[in-house]
Amino acid sequence: MSETPDPAGTAVADRGRAAVEAVLQGRSRSAAAISLLREAALLPVLAVLIVVGTFVNSAFLTVSNISGIGQQISALGVVVVGESLILLIGGMDLSLEGTFGLAPMVGAWLIVPVAAFGAGTVLNPYLGILIVLAVGAAVGLVNGVLIVKGRLNGFIVTLGMTIVLAGLQNGIVKGNTLFNLPAAFSYLGSAYLGKVPVSLVVTVIIFAGTGLFLRYHRIGRAIYAVGGNRDAARAAGIKVDRIRLGVYVAGSILAAIGGLMEAGRVSAVTGQQGYQEGIIFAVFAAAVIGGVSLQGGRGNMVGAASGVILLGLVQNILDLANAPNYWIEAIDGTVILFALVMARVIGGEATAE
Amino acid sequence: MTEDQVRAASAAVPAAEAAGIHKQFGSTQALRGVDLTLWPGRCLGLVGRNGAGKSTLVSILSGIYPADRGAVRFDGAPAPALGAAGAWRRQIATVFQHSMVVPSLTVAENVFLGRQPQRAGLVDWRQMRDQAAQIMAEWGFSIDVNLACADLTVEQRQIVEIARALAAGTRCLLLDEPTAALERAGIERLFARVRQLTANGVAILYISHHLEEVFEICQDVAVIRDGELVLTGAATGLSKDELVSAMVGPNVAATRADLAPGGARPRGPATPAPEPCLVVDHVSSDSPGGRVTDVSLEVRPGERVGVTGLLSAGVATLARIVAGAAPYETGRVLVGGTGPAPGRRDLNLKAGVGYIPEDRQAEGFVAALSVAENATMTITDWLARVAGFLRPSTRAAAAAPLARRLSIVSAGLSQTTGELSGGNQQKVTVARALARQPRLIVAITPTRGVDVASKSLLLAELARVSDETGAGLLLASDELDDLVICDRVIVLVRGERFTEFTEPPFDREALIAASEGMARDADPPPDSDSEESR
Repeated sequence: MSETPDPAGTAVADRGRAAVEAVLQGRSRSAAAISLLREAALLPVLAVLIVVGTFVNSAFLTVSNISGIGQQISALGVVVVGESLILLIGGMDLSLEGTFGLAPMVGAWLIVPVAAFGAGTVLNPYLGILIVLAVGAAVGLVNGVLIVKGRLNGFIVTLGMTIVLAGLQNGIVKGNTLFNLPAAFSYLGSAYLGKVPVSLVVTVIIFAGTGLFLRYHRIGRAIYAVGGNRDAARAAGIKVDRIRLGVYVAGSILAAIGGLMEAGRVSAVTGQQGYQEGIIFAVFAAAVIGGVSLQGGRGNMVGAASGVILLGLVQNILDLANAPNYWIEAIDGTVILFALVMARVIGGEATAE
Repeated sequence: MTEDQVRAASAAVPAAEAAGIHKQFGSTQALRGVDLTLWPGRCLGLVGRNGAGKSTLVSILSGIYPADRGAVRFDGAPAPALGAAGAWRRQIATVFQHSMVVPSLTVAENVFLGRQPQRAGLVDWRQMRDQAAQIMAEWGFSIDVNLACADLTVEQRQIVEIARALAAGTRCLLLDEPTAALERAGIERLFARVRQLTANGVAILYISHHLEEVFEICQDVAVIRDGELVLTGAATGLSKDELVSAMVGPNVAATRADLAPGGARPRGPATPAPEPCLVVDHVSSDSPGGRVTDVSLEVRPGERVGVTGLLSAGVATLARIVAGAAPYETGRVLVGGTGPAPGRRDLNLKAGVGYIPEDRQAEGFVAALSVAENATMTITDWLARVAGFLRPSTRAAAAAPLARRLSIVSAGLSQTTGELSGGNQQKVTVARALARQPRLIVAITPTRGVDVASKSLLLAELARVSDETGAGLLLASDELDDLVICDRVIVLVRGERFTEFTEPPFDREALIAASEGMARDADPPPDSDSEESR
């Protein structure tokens, strides 16, 4: 039934007026509390994990371990922001995995010497970083044009794109690993500000900035409208196609930044960075655990961030517990499923805020 | 007929009975002690305003949610357990406003959906087709059971749903706004079907906002208001006015006169005609939803122009073209002298066109977003401060006056729009269109599925806006009640401009005749009494 319980009747006018006044006095306290509860749905799970981690290994709650987790999840986190944006407009992009590998690879290829399997152009590393971003933007643009203008299915387009990108990535360096990355290129992924990794700082800024943008910017709100009901958004005069296209480009650029962080962290770019680890599964898991709806229009950055942190903690605890290597993925997957159920039980459906 | 006589006539046991039903949602008491009885062979009309509790009652009778207190009985026996969907469906079936058939399956498959006849564990296709055809023949429905439901008309899909209920052995039907998507001839056929079903002993609960329909086919009427049945009785003993005042209640009744659009408005001194705010110049479009062929019209500031015709006549297509929601192949549409690109709703909005789309579920609002956000979705550029950022409180403040004027009933402007009742969702859609202070409002069937009082309120608000701001109104509707506020009405037949009525009040019969392509004679007879034109 489309009609939900909703009292009309004798006191319609009074009630309406009261409601309006309640709103003018600011959002009601209970509604705010509920929304906070939903956004923080994963907090109990994270708390349990921290307790478990503390018991598993005394090294867990140390500054160096925590900052290590931070550095490890930063690259993933940036890609999750990109995927979340794309999920919010009701799309999906599998090829962020390919962009995550190809973009830093092309950048590095053009700046490292031939001896390190470079192209021989040995460009300025800063130019290389720009190229990384440009490759991300280009991939997103191609995806976006095919999906939005060409009206092709996003799942299939980006699945095909993933394979193309992975093939290019491996083909350009013929399976070799690029190393000897200049300091400027690997700064983002490897440098520390005191004890805090630069990548973590940048990732937190990206999460916070994107979160504020989504909540308070007209385009951010339009993203929710487009994902929630594309036709209604169009009827309200929102430039639906332009926003979808823009989000595909933004998502790919974020994936390229994530790839740059990863390259810096490991000081190399392999021919398989991205799809070797199957990073796209972790990206989807984090976003969905964090309450970003696969149907579009629902989810927020607080949730997405907690999804990323959860995956990082689980990985770290399994490492510290010396979990048997052959079983680590099964355990990892089980914990993810468990977290998904917990998040739903506690938080219900994610909100559009 | 009194209830005792009914009982005697239909041999005792009610087909379905709700006794003392209470239902609460959060702090909202949706139903307070409702008693409702459906007798075999009788059609009971249930009327009430949006949010009065009709849908909750239907959901409880259909076993979608449990009652907090009270009991549901079928044929005198207690209702099946809530989870036993199959058992409920054998007792009672609901035909909802929105079609519940699976488009990609055939008619026969839909009739036997979820309970296909089987042989050796596999679907027995031949038997399924034969049985479906037999049911169609038995009840006099003529639909080929091998067609895919996607190829059926709305009316035929409704028949499939009724046939599905009958095939399950159900002798108790709930029809929820069954005429909302039907053309006039389809409605007549539906009525014939309802009469035939009741003649064969089926009990029907008929829910409608159209009181004439209730009087036409229902033997009994029940009025629900604020979760209580405030009036029940035989239809013959009640007048339309009695029903309306029962629906609206004592408090609001006094203000009803103010809300009602009072037919033709007083005409001011004949001012020289200003430049038209809308020029449609020889526009043609091949839209599958109803083609438009070589239509021209103009709307001047403050003028209210109705466009009507049969569903397939291109009325909605024309309005969508003007709103920039649909492309057109030839011709020109000028808004305020400029011609936004065809099919570009965003440019059209900037040019000053407010749009109230036909299907509010599909295009009217974003269900997951708040009332305030939906209502102000068209003006985020105005509300934004630095670099496109805007605060939710700004939106709430901008939405508040609209919500007040349109009496949107919500738990607050931050409530998600999907949680509102249908009528209130429609008001949100209207608020969204009016927020930008349009120079031209394009409204397509703006009162569909909206209760009587809200209908008057919406129409009065559209009229008020056009009077006060000088906005032109293009009102495309096949509901003749909507056209009351118009200064003139253009009738389309098969996508072409057929005739125009320029003198309100418009004669109902003449409008209907013109929609059917009859009586090209433009001006209506002078004596259109107010009862007819309402």
